[in-house]
Amino acid sequence: MAIDSARGAPDVHELDDPELIQLLTPEGERVEHPDYPLELTPDEVRGLYRDLVIVRRIDREAVALTRQGELGLWASLLGQEAAQIGSGRALGEHDMAFPTYREHGVAWCRDVDPLKLLGLFRGVNNGGWDPAEHNFHLYTIVIGSQTLHATGYAMGVQRDGVLGTPNAGATIAYFGDGATSQGDVNESFVFASVFNAPIVFFCQNNQWAISEPLEKQSRIPLYRRAQGYGFPGLRVDGNDVFACLAVTRKALEAARTGQGPTLIEAYTYRMGAHTTTDDPTRYRLKAEEEAWKLKDPIERVKAYLVRNDLADNAFFEEIEAEAKQVAADLRKGCLAMPDPGPMDMFAHVYAEAHPLMTEEQEQFAAYLASFKEVSS
Amino acid sequence: MTTETLTLGKALNAGLRKAMENDPKVLVMGEDVGKLGGVFRVTDGLQKDFGEERVIDTPLAESGIVGTAIGLALRGYRPVVEIQFDGFVFPAADQIITQLAKMRMRSLGALSLPVVVRIPCGGGIGAVEHHSESPEAYFTHTAGLRVVACSNPSDAYTMIQQSIASPDPVIFFEPKRRYWDKAPVDVSAAPESWTPLHRARVVQQGDDVTVLAYGPMVKTCLEAAAAAAEEGRSLEVIDLRSLNPLDIDAVVASVERTGRCVVVHEAPVFSGYGAELAARITERCFYRLEAPVLRVGGFSTPYPPSRLEDHYLPDLDRVLDAVDRTFAW
Repeated sequence: MAIDSARGAPDVHELDDPELIQLLTPEGERVEHPDYPLELTPDEVRGLYRDLVIVRRIDREAVALTRQGELGLWASLLGQEAAQIGSGRALGEHDMAFPTYREHGVAWCRDVDPLKLLGLFRGVNNGGWDPAEHNFHLYTIVIGSQTLHATGYAMGVQRDGVLGTPNAGATIAYFGDGATSQGDVNESFVFASVFNAPIVFFCQNNQWAISEPLEKQSRIPLYRRAQGYGFPGLRVDGNDVFACLAVTRKALEAARTGQGPTLIEAYTYRMGAHTTTDDPTRYRLKAEEEAWKLKDPIERVKAYLVRNDLADNAFFEEIEAEAKQVAADLRKGCLAMPDPGPMDMFAHVYAEAHPLMTEEQEQFAAYLASFKEVSS
Repeated sequence: MTTETLTLGKALNAGLRKAMENDPKVLVMGEDVGKLGGVFRVTDGLQKDFGEERVIDTPLAESGIVGTAIGLALRGYRPVVEIQFDGFVFPAADQIITQLAKMRMRSLGALSLPVVVRIPCGGGIGAVEHHSESPEAYFTHTAGLRVVACSNPSDAYTMIQQSIASPDPVIFFEPKRRYWDKAPVDVSAAPESWTPLHRARVVQQGDDVTVLAYGPMVKTCLEAAAAAAEEGRSLEVIDLRSLNPLDIDAVVASVERTGRCVVVHEAPVFSGYGAELAARITERCFYRLEAPVLRVGGFSTPYPPSRLEDHYLPDLDRVLDAVDRTFAW
């Protein structure tokens, strides 16, 4: 018996939803929104364009490195650059970000060397940077787990008594549309709500959780879930870097001043595969990808710059060249990245001595050494 | 020396209080830990004295409790989490196993998570389903965690403080049916003089058979030793105290002397913690063993309805039965 699971379900997309916040159309036209005034200098717009182009180039290089066997896997951000750069550039010095494994653009905004992102995907470590140094936590692979860490961290900021002071920091938790079905994400909404934690939940709804479309996760638009938890939720055009910047800025400031959590649904599209091992041709139509290409997050900024005479060809060429250089450096660094030694797996399991593990470590070292003795 | 006679529950309370007094970053969080003082009253009075910001009544969500504790630890706090009953730790198992245990390695040592997860464990209180379980082996099997179990008021007082001071995450098992057992506790001893957290302790000296136990079974084994003594058999009872890491040297030293060993726990025997003990003792003491290491524990059934728990739980007679069997070889 066929079950009509969609019967009575409202449209989860509501593309013409009047609540979609947009400040820059796909054609590069600036639109005003009464709640989100945004003043950007030409330099700032050019800076955003540079960020977008460079992170896309980093992403492309990482995909290529995977195809060539240098990385075991890569989770591409293609199509989501505006959501990540917009929100990432909204972050202040004291704000803390908790990413998934796809937030390469946010990592760029937090000054994490792109090379360090590759460690996890190359298999040389499980996360190669110090989160405190960048206020950017490690990539988290289990879907949604980090939203609870972010909420706890925000509860810590609250307890530090810094909210409302210049040292106030908000916490931002990144996750995707699929994650919204996870218990942890829903529990983080509950905790954040009842404790009024200074946190922004930034959901990049890229329409696909590997092969499952949004309809498999929700019967209502995701941003509307916030209402049930008792805090504001809003949907922003996730391919509009201006809107993502303005909306995230406002939500972060609300958090810093003790006004509690906000859910932002950045409505975007995963242009590539889920990861390099995925094959989207098995579950979605090319026509859908083509339609989203017209909403490209970079092209609209370029159109805006050109339309307003804020950049010339020389500028675009300069950015291309810089992106190319970043990619070349990334490739070079990746190929030179040393494999860890066999003893490294024991190095950071415990902060204090653990006799049983140490015993195994010593036995394994002796075992490995025995081969050297034989060969010599 | 200031000695107070405390129940195990009160000793935990006193230890928590001390840790909170000594370090403003120590937090207590869980379901009903505030006004109610926890369903076993272990956190009684702490919220009144330390406030709602430090003694946090959380939403009813175990994964959320451990997950937010991880976040608080990342911000520099030392959360002590209460899981209300052993059988309710499983919703938090994902956060404990995939996050809490692995964060340090993931960060190449940059991050420490000094989180203590307190779990009242074991049966014997006539409870309904899910309130009498012994889930220790799930956690001893997870690298990155430390797993300890207290058995008496004095250890409860010191071990909870040592666990809170540990830079590594600690799963702290409390024998719920012993919460009301009383004993003198020296609350003035300097921490340096305490038995180290991961050291086992010989609680009854003997020569004929080594009996290994932890948590609620230590008392049962001490009673078995007293009964055996009346029959002229001398049992050495070791309270392991720490399950991971295991103080294997203390175990080996005893078994080398007695040549016989019985392991006792409430959890099912199959793939239980006793299997690890039996294997290690066999490896280390093979030529000194007069008999195989025998295990006494729960059966390969879910924990039964409480009217049957006296049959399920190891008791004095089942321990002595195993002791007798070690002499059959």
